[in-house]
Amino acid sequence: MRGLFLSLALCAASFAHAEGFAGLGDEARGFAEPQPGHRLVFPRDHGAHPQFRIEWWYLTANLKDESGKSYGAQWTLFRHARAPQDGEGWDSPQAFVAHAAVTTDTLHLFAETRARGGVGQAGVEAAPFRAFIDNWSFSATESNLSGASIAAVAPRFRYTLALAADEPLALHGEAGFSRKSESGQASYYYSQPFFRVDGALAIDAAERKVTGRAWMDHEWSSRPLAADQKGWDWFSLHLDGGAALMLFRLRSDKTLPFVSGSFISADGAARALARDDIFLEPLEQSLVSGRLLPIRWRVRVASLRLDIEAKPLNSQSFMGTGLGYFEGPIAVFGSHRGEGYLEMTGY
Amino acid sequence: MRQFLYALATLASHWRRRPGQFAALFVGLAIATALWSGVAALNDQARRSYDHAAGALGLGASPSLVAASGGFFVQDMFIALRRAGWKVSPILEGTIRLGDKSYRLVGVEPLTLPKISSAKMPTGEALNDFLGPPGRALAAPQTLRALGLAMGATPRIGDADRLPPLAIAEDLSPGMIVVDIGVAQRLLHRPARLSRLLIAEEPAPDAPALAAVIGEALRRVEADEAPELAKLTDSFHLNLTAFGLLAYVVGLFIAHASFGLAFEQRLPIIRTLRAIGASLRALTFALIAELTLLALLAGVAGMIGGYLIAAALLPDMAASLEGLYGAELDGALGLAPSWWISGIGMALIGAVIAAASGLVKTLRLPVLAIAQPFAWREAQRHWLYRQAALAALALLGAAAALLLGEGLEAGFVSMAGLLLGAALALPLPLAAMLRLGERRARGPLTKWFFADALQQLPGLSLALMALLLALSTNIGVGSMVEGFRRTFAQWLDQRLVAEIYFEAASETDAHRIETWLARREDVAAILPLCKAKTTRRASAIETAWPVEIVGAPPHETFSAHFPLLETRADAWGSVARGDAALVSEQLARRLRLELGSHLNIPTPTGDWRVEIVGLYPDYGAAKGQLRVDRDALVSRWPDARKLDYMLRAKAESAPDVMLALQSEFGAGVARIIDQAALKQRSMTIFERTFAVTAALDALTLVVSAIALFASLTTLAAARTPQLAPLWAAGVSRRSLSLLEFVRVTLFAAATALVSVPLGLALAYDLVAIVNVRAFGWRLPFHVFPSQWLEVFALALLTAALAALLPIRRLARIAPASLLAVFANER
Repeated sequence: MRGLFLSLALCAASFAHAEGFAGLGDEARGFAEPQPGHRLVFPRDHGAHPQFRIEWWYLTANLKDESGKSYGAQWTLFRHARAPQDGEGWDSPQAFVAHAAVTTDTLHLFAETRARGGVGQAGVEAAPFRAFIDNWSFSATESNLSGASIAAVAPRFRYTLALAADEPLALHGEAGFSRKSESGQASYYYSQPFFRVDGALAIDAAERKVTGRAWMDHEWSSRPLAADQKGWDWFSLHLDGGAALMLFRLRSDKTLPFVSGSFISADGAARALARDDIFLEPLEQSLVSGRLLPIRWRVRVASLRLDIEAKPLNSQSFMGTGLGYFEGPIAVFGSHRGEGYLEMTGY
Repeated sequence: MRQFLYALATLASHWRRRPGQFAALFVGLAIATALWSGVAALNDQARRSYDHAAGALGLGASPSLVAASGGFFVQDMFIALRRAGWKVSPILEGTIRLGDKSYRLVGVEPLTLPKISSAKMPTGEALNDFLGPPGRALAAPQTLRALGLAMGATPRIGDADRLPPLAIAEDLSPGMIVVDIGVAQRLLHRPARLSRLLIAEEPAPDAPALAAVIGEALRRVEADEAPELAKLTDSFHLNLTAFGLLAYVVGLFIAHASFGLAFEQRLPIIRTLRAIGASLRALTFALIAELTLLALLAGVAGMIGGYLIAAALLPDMAASLEGLYGAELDGALGLAPSWWISGIGMALIGAVIAAASGLVKTLRLPVLAIAQPFAWREAQRHWLYRQAALAALALLGAAAALLLGEGLEAGFVSMAGLLLGAALALPLPLAAMLRLGERRARGPLTKWFFADALQQLPGLSLALMALLLALSTNIGVGSMVEGFRRTFAQWLDQRLVAEIYFEAASETDAHRIETWLARREDVAAILPLCKAKTTRRASAIETAWPVEIVGAPPHETFSAHFPLLETRADAWGSVARGDAALVSEQLARRLRLELGSHLNIPTPTGDWRVEIVGLYPDYGAAKGQLRVDRDALVSRWPDARKLDYMLRAKAESAPDVMLALQSEFGAGVARIIDQAALKQRSMTIFERTFAVTAALDALTLVVSAIALFASLTTLAAARTPQLAPLWAAGVSRRSLSLLEFVRVTLFAAATALVSVPLGLALAYDLVAIVNVRAFGWRLPFHVFPSQWLEVFALALLTAALAALLPIRRLARIAPASLLAVFANER
């Protein structure tokens, strides 16, 4: 779900700031639309889908160094197409924006880079999976994206992480067809929530070894938001005991939020949660980069008997890129314990 | 209202009866406005061009990578660098022809442009349009106008191609068209080729080195000093502004003289108007309305004149700015609304200043007072005291500015104070001279001659002051320019000793050429130069001023000929040892360096401490310069530019060497020039720099001649009552006109005499203060007595020409007019 702001990020990064989150609800001229019943095929669907308007590959990691200090790391590649086709050379209508960030309890560093498709500065290949832009890359050897390596370099930080997972990919919604509104907006959406991480992370040239867990998302669509939807709150959680949970709510200025989620058990079996099963409730607002954001949440899933509170590692985990958004590591406690990432847009 | 209109009509009727006076007034105001607005237009034009240069997407504001051998390079290098973490953005530049004109086509990639440039690119939907297809061609509004095309047009390039739809971008330089990089590659027929990579962010310290990524193919070029242009050229424009102001003041002298006379002559009319019931209010409004109308009329005429002056001087100014500072000016004069407003404003202010004293005097006039200045001798004494006091004040101001002020502005203020003080004081020596003559005079006619001249002094003094200003400026500027010309020519002879100067296209070419030259017997010495620049960021030397460092090999060409101002014994030997440097005069002044001072030069390999062992003049250079040993420079700047060469050869074999070089290496020789042509080019830049000054100087003199003419003409008419008694006493009209002529010539001659010391003082001020503060170099102070004679003759000629018409009129005046003086009560 995260990354829905991609067109924004692109728009923001280089195109219009004015388009706003609602821009994602724009008509998708000539672009393909996700269809229910469509079967995702791997590794083919790890690659880019140029006939869709927007797409993203998103990795967030909850890490610890040898002294037990917590870190968050983010790596995101967005694709945005001006026309539903691929192309060679500068005529390619594909453009890319990438964000990388590193978070500690006191620091949040981020970087952004941009590229045009078609010339070799950025691109995504399916088999073997490889996504790259400048000297940032994400590649994997296995069909479930195991045997992966991810790297980003920015002026004040850099990381190289090795990722491994035994579990299969988790398809959200109806076999990967993920609805986003009552009026039919949807995307194709799958995750690899079970990455074990081993790597190195440097902040201001001080490098440390890190280990932990990471969550990878791949999502694509052409028109994922309804016109009245202005932003969303999204959670990815690694629960102690090995299960994983993904929840989001899309906020509308006309109707109740559109809520959705998946529970992925420790063996990798994914199950979509019913809408009336999920309760997301902001507990505390805080001023972040000049906006009021709900940084503490109560999360309940009735069918799982789950009632937890989510708290960010760093309440200032704000991506001050073109159009800003919150993306930061969280810890959860209550009926269950765990860690994960929280993304909030459109505030 | 009616009263006002009648009063206005009555007052205006005066001009109908005295069209000459009206003409003088009109011309005075118009000229003042014209010279001022002409200079303002030139300055505006230049500033706009600098803004454009800085605003041409700011592409010059980022450092960049270019092909080491010049020309284009493959796009793969861009990809390789990006993939290695270098934040570079591709540029492809070329020229296209639209119709019969050439345009600079610049292909950019908006997503990777440096922030300073991407901020000026279209955003939102407009950016999507720019990326296309079909894309957009961004151009300045002027470019669209020049092309005669509207937004959206797709002009044809050659036979097959078309530009993408045109769109307006305010920030671009005229003549520049910006398209997407892909469009540029197609239109310029350079698929997958680039001409430049802008460095958007400095590479991280641990990023792979440039050479490790792409070998030696690209070299780094620092950001332009474009934003510095305005700063560098400030002094040039201040010079122009000062001249504009001087001309304005001289123009106002004319207007003031004419106004004064008109008010004087209209006193009876005004008295009559008041006597028959016109209210003071109506009269005041009428006078102000008249003044405003006149100012507006003259102002508009002046603005047209100003435009013509600016248009005529623009090519010279553009050439000299380009030669001196590398600043490019738009060829076409653009007129901003602010220029019009300020010009007309200056005309209005000028009119008010010129008319103020007359206006006040008129309005204070008691209704029944007799409208004629009596007791002039007493009045004149007061007037002289007042002039003397004002002059002393102005001179004091000049001295204060000189002693207390630091900058160029203070230099100009002192100059203005000096000129103004001297001009105001001028009547004092003239009056003293006349009094002396009067006392010594024997015959009654001679006595009358001096007494009458003394009485005329206030009326003529303004015109004479204008003449003094023009003459002394002429002497001052003349000495400065002539002195500079000689110094410059001599300096060029000493500095340009080598017979041939050339620049290799790349270092590989440079090596090949060097090997080839070494085998030629007609080449006596090959002197490779090496150039580096202190970066603005790292410069401990000076943050705001570019400094160039030139490395030259030890050779007799330099040690025996290179002109130095001050030097230590064995300066060249110390330089060759690698721990000493010669410093240009400008840099020495700016950094307050002298012989024996030490300087830390920031280099890529750490600070380099050198001793200053010599100061040399570097006339015309906008940057500061240091000269060091070539090997020492290369060891500290491994990446320094090593493409420039000086060749020594016999003068007669130089053309053969040049020809052979060009035919052997073709494009491997980027530029080649022989000594004579280089001198010629330098002198041309010099001449064009002072062409504007000379033109304004000449115009000022013309204006002062007009001032004198206007004053004499108006005075002549007023003087009939004074001359009539003499005529009645038997002095013939011929003798009277001869006396008049002698008097005017005498005045002019006396003024010219005063103008010589004043001119010299001015020249000294220019050479020793203004020039040093403006450009950083001091010129030797030369005096040119032949110039004084010229100026003297010019003064007499001006006076004679100005006096001719009024005196002819006097010689032919009808006896009846003279007789009428006795009949009229006046």
